[in-house]
Amino acid sequence: MKYSGFKVIKEALTGHKGWKPVWRKPEPKPAYDIVIIGGGGHGLATAHYLAKKYKQKNIAVLEKGWIGGGNVGRNTTIVRSNYGLHGNEGFYELSMQLWERLEQDLNYNAMVSQRGVLNLIHSDPQRDAFVRRANTMIMNGADAVLLDAKGVREHSPLLNFDNGRFPITGGLLQPRGGTVRHDAVAWGYARSADSAGVDIIENCEATGFDIQAGTVMGVQTSRGPIKAGKVAVAVAGNSSRVMAMAGRRLPIESHVLQAFVSEGLKPLLPGVITFGAGHFYVSQSDKGGLVFGGDIDGYNSYAQRGNLPVVEDVCEGGMAIMPMIGKARMLRMWGGIMDMSMDGSPIIDRTDISGLYFNGGWCYGGFKATPASGLAFAHLLATDTPHDTATAFTLDRFERGLMIDEKGQGAQPNLH
Amino acid sequence: MIINHPLLGPRDASEFVHMGDASLMHRPDPKSETAADDFYRYQYLRDNPAGLYAELWFHEQGDRSWLVVTRNTLTHEIIDVQLARHIARQKS
Ligand SMILES: Cc1cc2nc3c(=O)[nH]c(=O)nc-3n(C[C@H](O)[C@H](O)[C@H](O)COP(=O)(O)OP(=O)(O)OC[C@H]3O[C@@H](n4cnc5c(N)ncnc54)[C@H](O)[C@@H]3O)c2cc1C
Repeated sequence: MKYSGFKVIKEALTGHKGWKPVWRKPEPKPAYDIVIIGGGGHGLATAHYLAKKYKQKNIAVLEKGWIGGGNVGRNTTIVRSNYGLHGNEGFYELSMQLWERLEQDLNYNAMVSQRGVLNLIHSDPQRDAFVRRANTMIMNGADAVLLDAKGVREHSPLLNFDNGRFPITGGLLQPRGGTVRHDAVAWGYARSADSAGVDIIENCEATGFDIQAGTVMGVQTSRGPIKAGKVAVAVAGNSSRVMAMAGRRLPIESHVLQAFVSEGLKPLLPGVITFGAGHFYVSQSDKGGLVFGGDIDGYNSYAQRGNLPVVEDVCEGGMAIMPMIGKARMLRMWGGIMDMSMDGSPIIDRTDISGLYFNGGWCYGGFKATPASGLAFAHLLATDTPHDTATAFTLDRFERGLMIDEKGQGAQPNLH
Repeated sequence: MIINHPLLGPRDASEFVHMGDASLMHRPDPKSETAADDFYRYQYLRDNPAGLYAELWFHEQGDRSWLVVTRNTLTHEIIDVQLARHIARQKS
């Protein structure tokens, strides 16, 4: 079924009876050429690119829950390519360009909205760091605009410019950044992969690997054993648990990140605004809710819910920079489990087990990476060579001293 | 979360800083033949279990002692709290 304006009108006139489920519910087959574990954004995008771009056949995606139940449906939907290090920035800019074509590629409305991402500046050293970052962005083909205080005032007049501790002296704006409807991304990739013949198998948890003489032969699942030529792990916050089943320890800790949504308000925010110094960022959804969050809670967790000190910290940040938020009522809050890596950057690589591939370590920023991660992982699976933009994301970089540490925090995942 | 400090009694977890896996207390021997590899594993690799986890918390806003907290990462329930220095002394 192809979506179009004509189809919408036709369905409107015929009682909306022609809409169909957009992916099948197949039974698992005994064997596949490629089995992807994890039906989040990254697993589904990988399946899409494997089938459509790399023309691979006989692929399954195993998802222990339902499509959209993981972080892909829990994030705050921000997409941007404003990284400061070369190993990262080219990759995230590729992702940004793929977002710009996503809806045409998938024939699916993902509400890609390039409303801009503004990072606030409060001090001279911070400005220097952002100027450097902006130059890295421009060198990698991204867009970056440095605003002075007046520029920020014109962009977002409702902010608190007179905060004594954090006066706003400027901002780094990426006009092409913005937001994308997160679960539509999962559904769009699932529909595309399914239409290219990929089996998307929900309620199917990988429970073990069949590894013989250093080669992976298949996976055990809650719905029986499945043989596989190659196995690709893309399970985000559960990376360590799944790789432990293959006897591997990862440079990753799992941490909880919370998000919050207010009641719906009239349009008031022009785009995404981040107040990094105060651990707060915010945007406004098309329904009008303020979508906001801050830092991770800071301790290992698989609970998918956080604790009150961070709620307080985020709300304090909001009140400091945008005092009107105190009048808005909070509607919902939730948590998701982040695969925090030791340098804050991701991993897309082979493992030392032949046929087993790993994608993870996305920290709190993997949603924006979804298209490029899928493309790069599919490239690696299909060609056994890393994608040009993902050569730095190796699993052994910690052993070799080739960390990509944007914040310079070292091996302390709760600080990235 | 409330951490039951062995000396000070129940304290709010927000007074503490979380340092990570309690195995970080046991630094490898730098003179060993395998030191480079040992330090790589010590510094960068983690068990990261879903379930019971022994971890270091630093009472930064309190008496500045280091604690080993055993906590369930699935429920956030705290099972056991000990002074890290007691554990270190017992070991040496
Ligand atoms: C509150 C919050 C806000 C965020 N905000 C942003 C943001 O604004 N911008 C941004 O870029 N990123 C953001 N992120 C991060 C982003 O959501 C993640 O990095 C990204 O979604 C992770 O990739 P994924 O979509 O594949 O993960 P997931 O959707 O979590 O996919 C992994 C899947 O693997 C499945 N799985 C796990 N174990 C197994 C198993 N054994 N067998 C089968 N399946 C299994 C899980 O059920 C899950 O569906 C945010 C995250 C959170 C929680």
